[in-house]
Amino acid sequence: MKQTLYLAWRYLAYHKVKTAILITSITLIVFLPVGLRVLVDQSSQQLTARAVATPLVVGAKGSPLELTLNTLYFRSDFPEMMRHEQVTRIDTTGLALAIPMYVRFNAQGHPIVGTSLEYFDYRSLAIAEGRQMVTLGECVLGARAAAALGVGPGDFVISSPESVFDLAGVYPLRMKVVGVLAYSDSPDDEAVFVDVKTTWVIEGLGHGHQDLTQPDAATYLLSRDSANVVGNPAVVQYNEITEDNVDSFHFHGDISQFPVTAVIALSPDQRASALLQGRYQSPDETVQVVRPAEVMDELLGTILTIQSFITAGAVIVGLATLATAVLVFMLSLRLRRREIETLRKIGGSRASVATIMVSEIVVVLIVGVVLAGGLTFLTSHFGSAAIRVFITM
Amino acid sequence: MISVSDLEFRYGEGEFRLRVPELKVERGVVAACIGPSGSGKTTLLNLIAGIIVPQGGQVVTNQVDVAALSDEQRRSFRITNIGLVFQEFELLDYLSVLDNILLPYRINPALKLESAVKDRAVALAEQMGIGDKLERHPGKLSQGERQRVAVCRAVLPEPALMLTDEPTGNLDPANKGRVLDLILDYAKQSGATLLTVTHDHDLLERFERVIDIKEFGVIGGDER
Repeated sequence: MKQTLYLAWRYLAYHKVKTAILITSITLIVFLPVGLRVLVDQSSQQLTARAVATPLVVGAKGSPLELTLNTLYFRSDFPEMMRHEQVTRIDTTGLALAIPMYVRFNAQGHPIVGTSLEYFDYRSLAIAEGRQMVTLGECVLGARAAAALGVGPGDFVISSPESVFDLAGVYPLRMKVVGVLAYSDSPDDEAVFVDVKTTWVIEGLGHGHQDLTQPDAATYLLSRDSANVVGNPAVVQYNEITEDNVDSFHFHGDISQFPVTAVIALSPDQRASALLQGRYQSPDETVQVVRPAEVMDELLGTILTIQSFITAGAVIVGLATLATAVLVFMLSLRLRRREIETLRKIGGSRASVATIMVSEIVVVLIVGVVLAGGLTFLTSHFGSAAIRVFITM
Repeated sequence: MISVSDLEFRYGEGEFRLRVPELKVERGVVAACIGPSGSGKTTLLNLIAGIIVPQGGQVVTNQVDVAALSDEQRRSFRITNIGLVFQEFELLDYLSVLDNILLPYRINPALKLESAVKDRAVALAEQMGIGDKLERHPGKLSQGERQRVAVCRAVLPEPALMLTDEPTGNLDPANKGRVLDLILDYAKQSGATLLTVTHDHDLLERFERVIDIKEFGVIGGDER
């Protein structure tokens, strides 16, 4: 058997291209349906796990899927805005703890998540390095975001402008990194967390500048009366919030009217949850309450339907490829008739000659299956990261 | 020794028929078989080797009635008794020169591939002047080198009977002499019987006996 395998191996090694094509075909035939299955199972698990852990999300009426993906996975496509008064509205019901979420901006591709400190307790996110954010302009980074940006406590990250051509738009804010979260294998790892008020500063709803009430600021004044002080364009606006200038930051307008993208509502029990949902059933209601688990189930239903189509397609293509591979082997046998005759003439039995040919097929099958197994193993280990990247894209 | 009597052979229903009433080649004799193309020389060689079986008559090779053996028995007999050299060399492109020489040992469990056999294969290759090409593949060799590899492969199991089919047919004069020398030397040194099919009349004087196939009854058509 050793000699037979040796001859089979020599044949396959000599015909490298043909062997490589056959092995690749077998690998794909096996890997495509299996790998796809693993990937879908993992994505289902990932999507479901985070969705189940988020009982209720309140957001402006619109696509429940967009709202869920933005709130849970910090997708860059943000849903319709709703006013911050909705946070207070939920809080005053006493039926749930309201965690505001404002996920609109990003810092070099990492989503800036404006929220409150309750979010960290709710997601069990621990500080691995540094401390928790305390004041305006401070941020805490997820483990992957910190690694990707190469920053830690004491460093700075700058918010990215939404459009470089929009002169009246969002200006970059330099934010001080005060802490890095422990790795959690979730979308939180990729995020830059700030207080929701900091996101309003990024948006331009709040700002800080030189104190125009001081006597030495006279050169920056256009006019002053008993009620108003009007500065000229030379007034310096701060693009970084520091200990020295934090007191100068202020918001113009009513904070209750400021935007948030969603509110995570954490009810203490099912009864409170049901009552809270009942409050949002009016047809005139401008906001909606979604159960992320249901939204994701619906999405998974669609994914599974697509998967079954893809699997069916992969199986059909696989069978066609297999048939082609069999044809290649049969044609190869015809082309090798002379070689087979030679082996027989110099003493090879029918069985030993057939064993050599079969061994070649078996070696190709085994290598193909092993490679497919390897790819499936890689998919099961790194597929989740790929899915996360896909979801947070 | 080869003993053929009342042999009759034809390919299917074709016109070609080979009849050999009697042919004897004694042990240790080096003989050449001549005849025009398509006259049945290769067929006769294949019958003696047991690669094909006659419709009638007897083929006794080394005191064994080859025609009476089963397919598997003829194969076993061929492994242990006969060395074959083909006109087209019949080397396997995907094997190195050394692996081609060792091929009978790799496909026949009856032949044990021990280190002594490998050493002998290397020594034979060196003797044939292809010792420095053992790792090359046949496609990279000249005609003469390939034929020498084929001769090494036939000789390695030390057969008592060598059957060679136009072993010098595709070679230039220099290589012709060299290959023929090697085959004749082996036959003389080992005492093996040698039957060589050739159409090269210049070489005949080097054989002890010349068999003209036209003396036998060949009827119609070409042999395959």
